[in-house]
Amino acid sequence: MDYATLLQILDSTLRLATPLLLACIAGLYSERSGVFDIGLEGKMLVAAMCAGAVAFYTGSAWIGALAGIAGSLLFAAIHGVTSITFRGNQLIAGVALNFLASGMTVLVAQSFFGQGGRTPPLEGAARFNPIHLPFAEAVKDVPIIGTFYHEVISGHSILVYAAFGIVALTWWVLYRTRYGLRLRAVGENPAAVDTAGVSVKGLRFSAVMITGILCGLAGAYMATALQAGFGKEMTAGRGYIALAALIFAKWRPVAAMYACLLFGFFQALALRPDVVEAVVQFKVPVPFLDALPYVLTVLVLAGFVGKAIPPRAGGEPYVKER
Amino acid sequence: MDRLPRWADVALVPLVSLTLAAILSALVIIAIGQDPWEAITVMVQGSVMNAYGWGYTLYYATSFIFTGLAVTVAFHAGLFNIGGEGQAQLGGLGVALACLFIPWPHWTLALIGAACGAALFGAAWAAIPAYLQAKRGSHIVITTIMFNYIAASLMIFMLVDVLRPPGKMDPATDNFPAGTHLPSFNEIPGLNLIFTSGVPANVTFFIALIMAVVVWALLWRTRLGYQIRAFGKSEPAARYAGINPVRIIMIAMLISGGLAGLMAINNVMGEAERLLGNSASGAGFIGIAVALMGRNHPVGVVLAALLFGFLFQGGAELGLWTKIPIELRTVVQGLVILFTGALDMMVRMLLVRVFAFFRSNRMEAA
Repeated sequence: MDYATLLQILDSTLRLATPLLLACIAGLYSERSGVFDIGLEGKMLVAAMCAGAVAFYTGSAWIGALAGIAGSLLFAAIHGVTSITFRGNQLIAGVALNFLASGMTVLVAQSFFGQGGRTPPLEGAARFNPIHLPFAEAVKDVPIIGTFYHEVISGHSILVYAAFGIVALTWWVLYRTRYGLRLRAVGENPAAVDTAGVSVKGLRFSAVMITGILCGLAGAYMATALQAGFGKEMTAGRGYIALAALIFAKWRPVAAMYACLLFGFFQALALRPDVVEAVVQFKVPVPFLDALPYVLTVLVLAGFVGKAIPPRAGGEPYVKER
Repeated sequence: MDRLPRWADVALVPLVSLTLAAILSALVIIAIGQDPWEAITVMVQGSVMNAYGWGYTLYYATSFIFTGLAVTVAFHAGLFNIGGEGQAQLGGLGVALACLFIPWPHWTLALIGAACGAALFGAAWAAIPAYLQAKRGSHIVITTIMFNYIAASLMIFMLVDVLRPPGKMDPATDNFPAGTHLPSFNEIPGLNLIFTSGVPANVTFFIALIMAVVVWALLWRTRLGYQIRAFGKSEPAARYAGINPVRIIMIAMLISGGLAGLMAINNVMGEAERLLGNSASGAGFIGIAVALMGRNHPVGVVLAALLFGFLFQGGAELGLWTKIPIELRTVVQGLVILFTGALDMMVRMLLVRVFAFFRSNRMEAA
C-alpha cells in the first residue's frame, strides 16, 4: 500500500468516524448520568430525516441542522419522560424509540416527498460543504506532513471539526466543572447527590437532553454532509457502533474519540477490500471487516481487553421516597 | 401504591396500553393526510375477512409465537434477550444445512431434523452472550445486540462465499429438495376445504402452539421453571435458596435462543424453501413486542402474536392498496413496545387513580 492510498483511507476514516463520535459522546452524557440509551440509533435517524427535509425546503444546511436537533430532542424528551419521570425500563424505551424512528422517518418523508421514503437530493448551501483550512494549498507539496495536512486534516465539513471540539469540551465539562462532577456522581450514586440537595431528575433530564442535541448533530451530519439527503435506514446501525465504542472506551471522552476513529477506520477499510487484500496477502471477506467493531466490543465486555465497568446506577430509575 | 384487582392487571392494563398505541397510530395516519378508518378497513379486509388473508396472518403469527416465547422465557429469568433476530437467522442456517445435506425420506423426519438443527444453532448463538453474562457479568442486552450484527455479517458471508450455488448471482442457497417440503394449510386434508388457494401458513403453526404449551408447562409446572422464575424475581433470594445462577442463566438463554431459532422451520423451511439473506426479517425484534404485550405468558404471547400477524398482513395490504407506506407497522410496533413495555407504570398509575375514584364513590354511597 502506498502513501497516497493510506491518506485516502485515513481521509474517509475521519469522515466515517464523525457520526460515530458525535453519537458516542451523546451516549456518554446520558449513560454517565445513569440512563442507559440504546436509542441513539433512532435519534440519529430522526435527526437525519428532519435535517434532510428542512435543508431541502430552506436551502440552508444550518437551519437543517437545527431541525435535526429539534427532532432528536423530541425523541430524547420521550426517553426522559419514560425512563426518568415514569421510571420505565430504559432499555425497552430505547428499543421502542428505535422502531418508532425507523417507521416514522419513512412515513413522514414519503408523505412529504413521495420518493419512496427518501428526501430529495441536496445541493450547494443545503449541505455542509468541505472547508479548506488555511495554508492547505501552500503546504500541499511538502512531502509526508504537507500532503497529510492537505489530504486528511483539511477539506472536511465544519461538523467534523466540531465533533473533535466537542470531545475536548466534554472532557473539560466532565472533569473540570461542577456540573460534570455532579453528572458523574448521579450515575454512580444518585442517593448521595440527592442528599447533597441536587435534583437527580433535573440532572438526568439535562444529560438526556444533551444526548438529544448531539445525536441531532450526528444525524444532521449524516444527511447534509456525509451524504446529500436522507435515505431510508441511512444510519445503518451506526448508533449501535457508537454504543459499542462507548463501552470500548469505558465511558471516557478521549478514549471514545480513539475508539470511534478505530471503528471509523474499520468502516473505511470495509469500503476498500482491495487494499486490505494487498496488505494481508489473502482475501478477507468484507462481512468480516463489517463485524470487527462488534467482535471487539464483545471481547472488551468479556473483560479480555481490560474491564468495562458501566456507571453503577445505570439502568435503574431513582426512587426518592423509601 | 394501591394494588389493582387481578383481572385489571391481566386484561385491562394491556388493553389500555393497546388502545393508547392505537389512538396514537390513528393520529399518525391523520398527520400524514390519510384516513385511519379506511386504513383499518383495508387491514381487516386483507387479513381476517377471507381464508387467503388468514393464511398469511397465521403464517406471520407462527414466527411471532416462536420469537415471543423466546423473549418470554428469558424475561422470566430476568434477562432481556434482544438477540432473537440473530438467533433466528442462525436457526435458518441450521435448517438450511439440515435440509440441503441430509437426504430425508419423508417430510415428517425432515421437519424433526430441521427443527433440531434450527434450535441447536439458535441456542448456540445465544450461548456465548449467556456465558459472558453468567461468568463475566457482561450485560446481556449489549452482547445480544452485538451478536445480532455479527450474525448478520456471518450470514452474508455464508450465503455469498460458502452456500451460494456456483453460477448463481443472488446471495441465497439452492432450493431445498422436494422431500423436505412441508404441507401448507391448502395441502392438509380438512383444512384444504377452507384454504383453497396457496397460502404460506403451514404445519409448523401447530408446532408453535405445542411449544406455547410446553413453555407454559416448563415455567409453571416444573422445578426448573420455578427456579427460573425465582431467579428472575430476585437473584439474591434465589442464590440464598441454593439456585445456581450460572446454571439458570445458561439454561434460560439456551431455551430462549432455541425457541428463536425454531422460527426458521416456519419461514425458511415452510415458506421460502431455501435460505435467503436477512431471513428473519425483523420477526426476532417483534418477539419483544409480542412478549411485552402478552404479559410474558404463553396464552398472552399467542394472542399477541395473532394480533401482530394481523398487523403485518394488514400493513402489507396497506402498502398495496393505499398511500400509507408499509412502514406504518414499524411505527405501531414501536408504540406497542413503548406503551406495554416502558410506560407500563404510567398506565398502571392511571388505572389505580380510576379505581380509587370509583372505590371512594362506592364508600360514600354506602
